Amino acid sequence: MATPSSITDALRRPADRSFIGRLGGGNEIAYLITLIATVSILAIVGLIVAELWTNSQPTVKTFGWHFLHTSTWDPNGGIFGALPFIYGTCVTSFLALLIAIPLGVASAIFLAEMAPPKISNLLTFLIELLAAVPSVIYGLLGIFILLPMIREYLVPLLRTTLGFLPIFRGPFYGVSLLSAGLVLSVMVVPFIVSVSREVLLAVPVEQREAALALGATKWETTWQIVLPYASTGIVGSVFLSLARALGETMAVTMVIGNTPAIAASLFSPGYSIAAVIANEFAEASGQLYVSSLIFLGLVLFGLTIVINAGARILILTTSQRNA
Amino acid sequence: MMMEISRGRRIVNVVMLSLSGVCTLLVVGVLFFILGYLFLHGIKSLNWAFFTQLPKPSGEIGGGMANAIVGSGKVLLLATLIGVPVGFLAGVFLAEYSGKTFAFMVRYTVDLLNGVPSIVVGIVAYALVVRPMKHFSALAGGVALGIMMIPIAVRTTEEFLRAVPNSLREGAMALGATKAKTIFTVVVPAAISGLASGMMLNLARVAGETAPLLFTALGNMFWSRGWLQPIATLPVMIYNYAIAPEEDLHQQAWAAGFVLLTLVLVINITARMIIARGPASSRR
Repeated sequence: MATPSSITDALRRPADRSFIGRLGGGNEIAYLITLIATVSILAIVGLIVAELWTNSQPTVKTFGWHFLHTSTWDPNGGIFGALPFIYGTCVTSFLALLIAIPLGVASAIFLAEMAPPKISNLLTFLIELLAAVPSVIYGLLGIFILLPMIREYLVPLLRTTLGFLPIFRGPFYGVSLLSAGLVLSVMVVPFIVSVSREVLLAVPVEQREAALALGATKWETTWQIVLPYASTGIVGSVFLSLARALGETMAVTMVIGNTPAIAASLFSPGYSIAAVIANEFAEASGQLYVSSLIFLGLVLFGLTIVINAGARILILTTSQRNA
Repeated sequence: MMMEISRGRRIVNVVMLSLSGVCTLLVVGVLFFILGYLFLHGIKSLNWAFFTQLPKPSGEIGGGMANAIVGSGKVLLLATLIGVPVGFLAGVFLAEYSGKTFAFMVRYTVDLLNGVPSIVVGIVAYALVVRPMKHFSALAGGVALGIMMIPIAVRTTEEFLRAVPNSLREGAMALGATKAKTIFTVVVPAAISGLASGMMLNLARVAGETAPLLFTALGNMFWSRGWLQPIATLPVMIYNYAIAPEEDLHQQAWAAGFVLLTLVLVINITARMIIARGPASSRR
């Protein structure tokens, strides 16, 4: 319909201002441009999924599910199995969380419950700076400082005290699952601290007052009342750091040893999904090789998306319950 | 009537609370350890040649990273030109135009994009830019980092625009300004210091990214002309030199690490101070 269909329509639109004229006024154009930008973000996420999916099809068609649970990685022979990388990624992330959760939650408790606001803010600021340090720098420090320190002090200590466990046996060359887990733990602690602190601060002060009034000590109040109240949010922060740890590339690549093997000992070198992509993607030749690496990327993408989505929901529910 | 707290409970109380303090000190201590060590090592290895010379062919001592410093600048410029406008405009849409459900959906998607591992973004940039053009380029690196800048740009813009009081919008509208004019001449300028520092934080975050550059910008031992050639960047140089066997290259990696970390931390601290002092924070 080229002509205005009704009188009201005509009235609403002054005759001398055509559609182009109104565009000149900027309203529609601003709306349109910002809408396009917004939609393009949705499109980019769609594009990421589509690219990963289509480019990994050769591997999916050739190996199917076997890709995920076989452990031969032989680019020259054209046989690809992802299990060593999945194993390495899971072990290092698990180790990182094992160290980072107690350390991070304890720090968050101190910052939220005990430290005076000024000191708490300053320390939180410093800890958040820790999160801003680029991962390649963690890798640099990992190689030249942490590895020698682990070799000198930690490994002998573990051997003498816990050497009967299979995870602390075998030779230690420096680069290992243990080193990667330790570097990762330092990298994810800031996330646990800063999210957990915020969740703890959101716990209503009445909860604490009630517990203290009943004669509980400060620690009992924190441990039995405040922590359970904030537990969902803290679990959310742990999920968030887990997603970080799984996808972390550079620091892990530099200290994990880059050996596609599955070994029970934490002292032995390993490999992670992100590390194998970082190391081999630029030089990968052959469609199947490239598509196997991209499929690994898709696995990593899927994992982090699911974990992140879960974390957001957990954090959202706590903050809304408290609001 | 006062109830006595038993000795055991008091001891547990003191011990556990002190432990939490020790943990905090440990975490903060790691930061100072990193800063201190990098500072000591970096300063020692830093010299004028680092900023002015090209890397030497392998085996030779000396040389610098002039091309990587300029390269990082170029890639970050591209990333900013891609990521900030898209993120800013989408943030404006979310804060000023969007309905609730759609905004929630977009916000959730943006959070997910923020959580995508950087190496995966690298793969996508490779598939989108490097493969069609058949060679590694500064552009591909810029696209990868640009995508990574979008989520924070959106969230920052939305947050700071929402912090602008409605009375400003109503005032402008009452004077006859259109909605678009209100947004871009009144609301955005009112939030500009927050927006600028948010974008600086965003830039600092991607400035240290290495993984997505490995197979997009790749690297280059020489100057890279234009935007369509492989280009050296500081983080990738640090990685390559750190895993190289030569001691001289390790020294240069320390120097580069020092320069990169100083840059990132200075931007970070400045931006955070501006945000903390700005008008937006007092209303939140």
